[in-house]
Amino acid sequence: MANISVTVDGVTYTDDVEPRLLLVHYLRERVGKTGTPVGCDTSNCGACTVHMNGVSVKSCSVLAVQADGAEITTIEGISNGQWHPLQQAFHAEHALQCGYCTPGMIMAAADLLRTNPHPNDQEIREGLEGNLCRCTGYENIVRAVRRAAESGATS
Amino acid sequence: MTTDTQAPQAQVGQARLRKEDARLVTGQTNWTDNIVLPGMLHMAFVRSPMAHARITSVDLSAARAMPGVIAAFSGADFAEEQGSLPCAWPVTEDIVIPAHPPMATEEVRYVGEAVAVVVARDRYTAADAVAVVDVGYEPLPPVLDIRTALDEDSPKVHAEGNKSFVWPFAQGDLDAAFRDAPVVIERTYRQQRLIPSAMEPRAVVATDEGGEFTIWSATQIPHVLRVMLALVTGIPEQNIRVIAPDVGGGFGSKLQVTAEEVLSLLVTRKLGRPVKWTESRSEGNLTVHHGRDQWQRIRIAADSDGRLRGLDVDLLADMGAYLMLVTPGVPLLGAFMFPAIYKMDAYSFKCTGVFTTKMPTDAYRGAGRPEATYAIERIMDELAAELGMDPLEVRERNWIKHDEFPYTTIATLQYDSGNYEAATARAKELFGYDALRQEQAERNLDNDPVRLGLGVSTYTEMCGLAPSRVLGSLAYAAGGWEHASIRMLPTGKVEVVTGSSAHGQGHETAWSQIVSDQLGVPFEDIRVLHGDTQVAPKGMDTYGSRSLTVGGMALVGACDKVIAKAKRITAHMLEASENDIEFVHGRFQVRGDPEKGHSIQEVALATFAAHNLPDGVEPNLDSEATYDPDNFSFPHGTHLCAVEVDTETGMVTIRSYVAVDDIGKVINPLIVEGQVHGGLAQGIAQALYEEAVYDEDGNLTTTTLADYLVPSAADLPSYVTDRTESPAANRLGVKGVGEAGTIASTPAVVNAIIDALRPLGIADITMPCTPERVWRAIQNAQGNGGAA
Repeated sequence: MANISVTVDGVTYTDDVEPRLLLVHYLRERVGKTGTPVGCDTSNCGACTVHMNGVSVKSCSVLAVQADGAEITTIEGISNGQWHPLQQAFHAEHALQCGYCTPGMIMAAADLLRTNPHPNDQEIREGLEGNLCRCTGYENIVRAVRRAAESGATS
Repeated sequence: MTTDTQAPQAQVGQARLRKEDARLVTGQTNWTDNIVLPGMLHMAFVRSPMAHARITSVDLSAARAMPGVIAAFSGADFAEEQGSLPCAWPVTEDIVIPAHPPMATEEVRYVGEAVAVVVARDRYTAADAVAVVDVGYEPLPPVLDIRTALDEDSPKVHAEGNKSFVWPFAQGDLDAAFRDAPVVIERTYRQQRLIPSAMEPRAVVATDEGGEFTIWSATQIPHVLRVMLALVTGIPEQNIRVIAPDVGGGFGSKLQVTAEEVLSLLVTRKLGRPVKWTESRSEGNLTVHHGRDQWQRIRIAADSDGRLRGLDVDLLADMGAYLMLVTPGVPLLGAFMFPAIYKMDAYSFKCTGVFTTKMPTDAYRGAGRPEATYAIERIMDELAAELGMDPLEVRERNWIKHDEFPYTTIATLQYDSGNYEAATARAKELFGYDALRQEQAERNLDNDPVRLGLGVSTYTEMCGLAPSRVLGSLAYAAGGWEHASIRMLPTGKVEVVTGSSAHGQGHETAWSQIVSDQLGVPFEDIRVLHGDTQVAPKGMDTYGSRSLTVGGMALVGACDKVIAKAKRITAHMLEASENDIEFVHGRFQVRGDPEKGHSIQEVALATFAAHNLPDGVEPNLDSEATYDPDNFSFPHGTHLCAVEVDTETGMVTIRSYVAVDDIGKVINPLIVEGQVHGGLAQGIAQALYEEAVYDEDGNLTTTTLADYLVPSAADLPSYVTDRTESPAANRLGVKGVGEAGTIASTPAVVNAIIDALRPLGIADITMPCTPERVWRAIQNAQGNGGAA
């Protein structure tokens, strides 16, 4: 067991964890952040995307011990009293159907807009290449990210 | 919003934002894998690494000895109680339906088949324990190719042989149609095997509370599942509650009764503690039922002006190792769809269901209809090429004209409406068809190494599954009705219960729109409940684009009953004649004296108080309705796709895609457009990217999303969508939209690729049309003297 201290959505947790414990399982099963789902086991789908120290990571390919001392933001911590512009935009553009990929898609999009606040459609598509959606055909996801960018969402 | 002073804007037809989204965009979701119960244990499965083998031993001792492991069971441990997984569609009287134990006991017949289950305190320990289970196998030869599986010397998947059934269908005089026909074209098309790939992996949680079982499952079919679990396990149906909480997509893959669901009940009963199982993606690619996998031999006869005379279809359909819930029925849905929108004199269809040592196939978005549409739309292009006609021209020569509806097709379906001319005209206009044809001709003249191809798909489908009598005539075990109920609450709010079980389709929003208009209550005052057999006891669930056309009609029927009863109560309250009460925008009022009346909310409260009800009227304003459709619905449309094919690399790029669909009336255009987009993506994925591949030993080599190429945003184009509308024969005027995009787009894309390459002498490329396959086809064509 390793002792780690991780700040998740603004709250610091100290826990003993198995060295092999994946960050996503730590978040879901120890911290109770079930808003972040797991969609695959090879880091292809991106459903589990969270921010670690402000940068998007696939939490299925990070060990909990690697997050020791880090600040993690999940979909549950991205809103600040009101919905984040990306949450609003995904709703407004019908950019989700079953919603399973949505937390990861929003977290990845937030990181995209951090590094490129005004992406064109092709840059949005390529920027979200690591996140799979099976429902929407991506059309409305692209629209939502564009809408959020136009509203000035940069984080 | 007020409903009792002025006419509110109709909700139906509005792009209302979804009620479902609030929990989904914030992570306040309730996926099955989120569920944690006190004392809950985790199951993990030991799965066969062999495609076909006899089990000689299962040694669970090391697993059982592992700290944190509570139990481990082999198939033999459950032999007396695990039963056989159900097939609800015995399509012929002599169909072979082999026993399908949830855990194999004697023989394994595909890689991934469950052999043992371990139960541990946490999922990591369970995975460790799986690794130390020692199973002895005596290898048997795999059976992998349905084209040779029926040979006499082929190894056998089951003792009964490799043939499950032969299902024939014939109308008209096929011999006469082909005799002396000026044009006869025969092709063989391959429908590759696909993995549905819903983003949420399957998950199950089960509890046994003194013989009362609750199972949460990521399923499309809580109601069907409940019946089937009772039949398989012998647990009395009334003691099983099935809950489908938030479910992350299905596409047919969660229209199933699975080994893991059955075993969760057996294990929780055995151990007296809640159990959970969540699959990994790799496990899911192996063991969630696959889709498609057919060889299609298709033959048409036509006159020299392009008029179709006859159609002859001979299918080989890969069942996989066992028949699951509707495995044999899937290709039969296609049987009715091969003639599509075309008139002809004769039609013959035969499907042979064949066993292999692979994961069973079953419903995947479109289920039988995409396969049929692909083959007919591909061969219509061949006919056009043979006669030197434009692909749209040869279609128009054969399609049912808009003034010929209702029309009974050669496949005996009665199409109630359609307007193929209108949809095609609109699609051509949006696409710029004529200008693109001209550009294509010019570039071909210039020998442009990047070739432009235009693909056409004028599809139709049968939706609204299904009239129960038709299902009965096709030997399906259940009906095709749907159920709804309405509860008017004392405060004037409304609970709507639907038997349709949404998993991304947006029922909570669309159903609210319908009820808002029907009852004149605000959209916001309506709550839609579904997916729990205790909350919504009756239903047939969600698949086959049936929710709106069947479930929506049940909803309207339930609203009618509320209105009828409220009229009677209002008449009594106002001391008026019931015949004099009219219902206008949520208000029951006296005809000719509209000031005298009550809002539906007031009537709901009065009914709750029950102080002054007519004699014999029960004090509730609730209703139930079950709707069984008279006929299928027949959405249709014209899809046009332009591709750029780089002949030097084989790379195909979709340049533009236009989808014009006629799905009847639209409840919510936002949701409809989303369904079309997603459907297109899945159909395009079949054309260009996806294929489940087994190697020569029967190992699935596409077990991850790195190998099985579900496309990303970067792999797909932007779509242009529009609609035309012809009436549908139900009160809502709706036809269904869930599968249209998937059915239409695959042939549109492949027709475009072939259209680009036909001048090189290429008439077919097996899907998925990867750069390598396209490049090889070009190389082969050039080697054979095709023009370069």
